[in-house]
This record gives sequence, structure tokens and C-alpha cells, in this order.
Amino acid sequence: MQFTSSSIGRKILMAITGQAMVLFAVVHLLGNSSIFGWLNGGINAYAEHLHSLPLPIIIGFRLALLAMVSVHIWFGIQLTIENRGGRPQQYAVKSTQKATFASENMIWTGSLLGLFLAYHLAHFTFQVISPDTAALKHLVPLHNEMVPNVLGMVVGGFKNFFVSLIYTGAMVALFLHLSHGIQSFFQTMGWSTDKSQPILVKLGTLVALGFFLGYVAIPLTIFAGILKG
Amino acid sequence: MSDHKTMTLTLIVWRQKNANDPGKFETYTAKNITEHHSFLEMLDCVNEDLIYAGKDPIVFDHDCREGICGTCSQVINGAPHGGQDRTTVCQLHMRKFKDGDTIYIEPWRARAFPIIRDLIVDRSALDKIIQAGGYTSCHTGGVADGNAIIIPKPVADEAMDAAECVGCGACVAGCPNGAAMLFTGAKVSQLALLPQGKAEAAERVKNMTNTMIECGFGNCTNHYECMAACPKGINVKFIARMNREFLKAQFA
Repeated sequence: MQFTSSSIGRKILMAITGQAMVLFAVVHLLGNSSIFGWLNGGINAYAEHLHSLPLPIIIGFRLALLAMVSVHIWFGIQLTIENRGGRPQQYAVKSTQKATFASENMIWTGSLLGLFLAYHLAHFTFQVISPDTAALKHLVPLHNEMVPNVLGMVVGGFKNFFVSLIYTGAMVALFLHLSHGIQSFFQTMGWSTDKSQPILVKLGTLVALGFFLGYVAIPLTIFAGILKG
Repeated sequence: MSDHKTMTLTLIVWRQKNANDPGKFETYTAKNITEHHSFLEMLDCVNEDLIYAGKDPIVFDHDCREGICGTCSQVINGAPHGGQDRTTVCQLHMRKFKDGDTIYIEPWRARAFPIIRDLIVDRSALDKIIQAGGYTSCHTGGVADGNAIIIPKPVADEAMDAAECVGCGACVAGCPNGAAMLFTGAKVSQLALLPQGKAEAAERVKNMTNTMIECGFGNCTNHYECMAACPKGINVKFIARMNREFLKAQFA
């Protein structure tokens, strides 16, 4: 049996692609946090720095991310369908000892994150959701050159209640997904033991909470009027 | 037995004539049950009443009645073996229930375990996984001198922990995906830990996990329900070890 059709092989592919996206989420959060002003020039300077990277690096990075997302979604759906068939008839009484809401709903939190990803890209990358604040159309001066006004676009977006609500909701899904996913990675790779496994469950949830708070801080501070454009 | 208080319970039991019968729940009353009855003894009482009334008794699997064989395949109120920590159904006592309780009794439910009758399921899929690699095929010769093969005590202990698995299938019954990863993980680990089993470790883990899927078991999604259901307390670290063995086997 091929690695990509075996039970543990696909589990390992889910774990590696998932964890790669977690690492991306770390870098993305650090980059986004430049909006709070630790970087000279704020998020506009950060965005400009990313876009001035050599084109092959940008394209390579985007293709790698696309590959991770695609593999994760493909096997996620395939395994979920197979696993639903593993117990065709449910018990009359449902009683779970160790499974959690997060572990049982990975397919749904994952689907929500997939939809959110499409929205997020349309909003800030392709900038078609609210064209009147699109950064590419509003250049502002930065260190003697004109750069897209990312700050204006982000602040303009999050002032809208529903936009902030969508982002906050998506981060709840991210928290749930990662609270199961992060510790799952270590178990799947065979790196957890009886002693480390319960600790990894707690640490994974803690890291997921960190992502939630970090990401939600941006729409929340903007909507509350603390962070201004 | 100084306490002669008895209890009356309502049992909602899965009845199914054979694998092709759709099956349904039937309601029975268990009378004159004391807290000292084991769960299986309570069912024996109900069955006696059914036989006297000219009805078909509830068919269930049982053997040792001392908590070591793992034959009793019953899901009680949604939990394999009733959900008491490290307990088989024969060691679950009626003191865990109250007078007037309603108890749901179902067979193991998994695609790989077809129902034979009522609460009895066909667990031969687990035997097929063993046949795929749960052994060593090297010539071991006569009985070796003690300590001729040096195995550190912690390693021997861990292999013994894995070997505690009695193959009851509670892990499969508890798993929302009907996966047999804890069972297979225990068998793979037990042999991979010891020098006699290491030689064929790569081939074994591939063959056993392939057979696992061919038998209709689901895939593991790390719910850890299996560990909670296991009457022998097999730890999910053995699934992690099997995952590691599987990865290693890709490069062997």
C-alpha cells in the first residue's frame, strides 16, 4: 500500500501540512502585530518589505502554502468520509470520556477556516471586498516613497461591525481547530509519550489561545477605537 | 450479605437475530437485583425470567467472569464495559447503579465488527490483524538460558504493558471512527520493543496497518476515547510508537 493511501501515512501528511500552517500562522501574527507600532513605519512598512522580496521567493512561498492547504483539505475530507463509515450505526446513548468538542468537529472548524481563508484573501490580498479602502489604490508616503496604505485598509475594514465579527468568529474556529491540532501533530509523528502527551494537550490549547488573543486583538482594538488609522 | 435491599431496573437492550436483521431495542425489567450482583449476573437473572416466560433470552458473550478475558462486548449507557476505569462488564457491579435506573445495553458498534446476535459481535477482524504480523518468524531454537538475551528492565516492562491487551475490542467500540489503532499499536509496540521482534518490525507495521484498513476499521484522529475505554489501561503512547515505527519503516 502506498504511503498516500495508508492510514498512518495520510495521518502524517495531515499532521505535517497542518503544522506547517501553524508555523505560517506564527509568522503571520508577528508580521500583523507591526500594526501596533513596534516596526518603524508600522504595518505599511512591513507590507512593503514583504512585497519587495524577490519575486521567485514570493511565488514559491505562495505555491508552498497553496500546496499545504490543498493536501490538508483533500485528505481531511477523504479521511472524514472514511471515518464516518467506520461506525455506521451510532450508539443510542452518546458518552465521551476523552474526545472534545474540538476533536469531534475538526471537519467543521476546518471548513469554516477554509471559507474564511477565501474571504480573507479576497479582502486583503485581492482587495475586492471593500474597494473604496483598497490599499493598492491609496498610496501614502513612507521613507521618501509611495507605498500602499495597508493600515488604512485594515482600519477601514475592521471599523465595520460585521467584518470584525467575521474575523473574530473565524478565530474562534482557529482556536478550536488548533486546540486539537497542535497536540495531535506530536502524537501523529510519534513524538509524544505517556508523560508528555497530557502536557502537550495543555500546551497546544494554550498556544491556540495565544493565536486567538493575538489575532483578535487587531479587529477588537480597531473597532473599539483604540487603534486608529 | 447483610444488606438485603434490592433494586428494580429498566433495561433497554439491543436485540438482533443475525447480521442481516435490522435489530431493535427491547425494554425489560430487572427485578430483585442486589448491589452485589455483577452486571452479567444481573443479565443472568433477567434471562432466567425470560426463559420461564417462554421468551428468547438476551444473547451475550462472556467467559472468564474474573475480569481478564475481555469477552464481554457490551456498551452500557454509551460506554464500552460501562465506563468504569479499567473494568470489564463482569467486574462492573450493580452497586454502581441506583434503584429505578434505566440502562441502555448495546453491542460493540463498528463496521469491522458485524453483529452475530444481540450483544455478540464477530471480532475476527482483530485476528486478521494478528495474522498479518503479530508474531516473529525467526527460529528461536530451544529454551535459552536466562538473561542470554539482555533486555533492560524498563524495556521489558513497557513491552509487558503493551502485551496486557486482551483483544477485547473496547478501543474499537469506543472510537468514534471505529479504528483499531490502540489494539494494533499495542501489538506492534510489544514486538518492536523486544530484540526478537525488531528484525521484522518494518514489515510488520506495514502489513498490520494495511490489514487494519482492509478489515474496515476507520482511521485514528487522536480522540483518545480508546484509552479511556481500555479495560487494561493501554496507553495511547503505543499508537505514537506505532506511528514512529511506520515512519521508520518507510526508510527501511
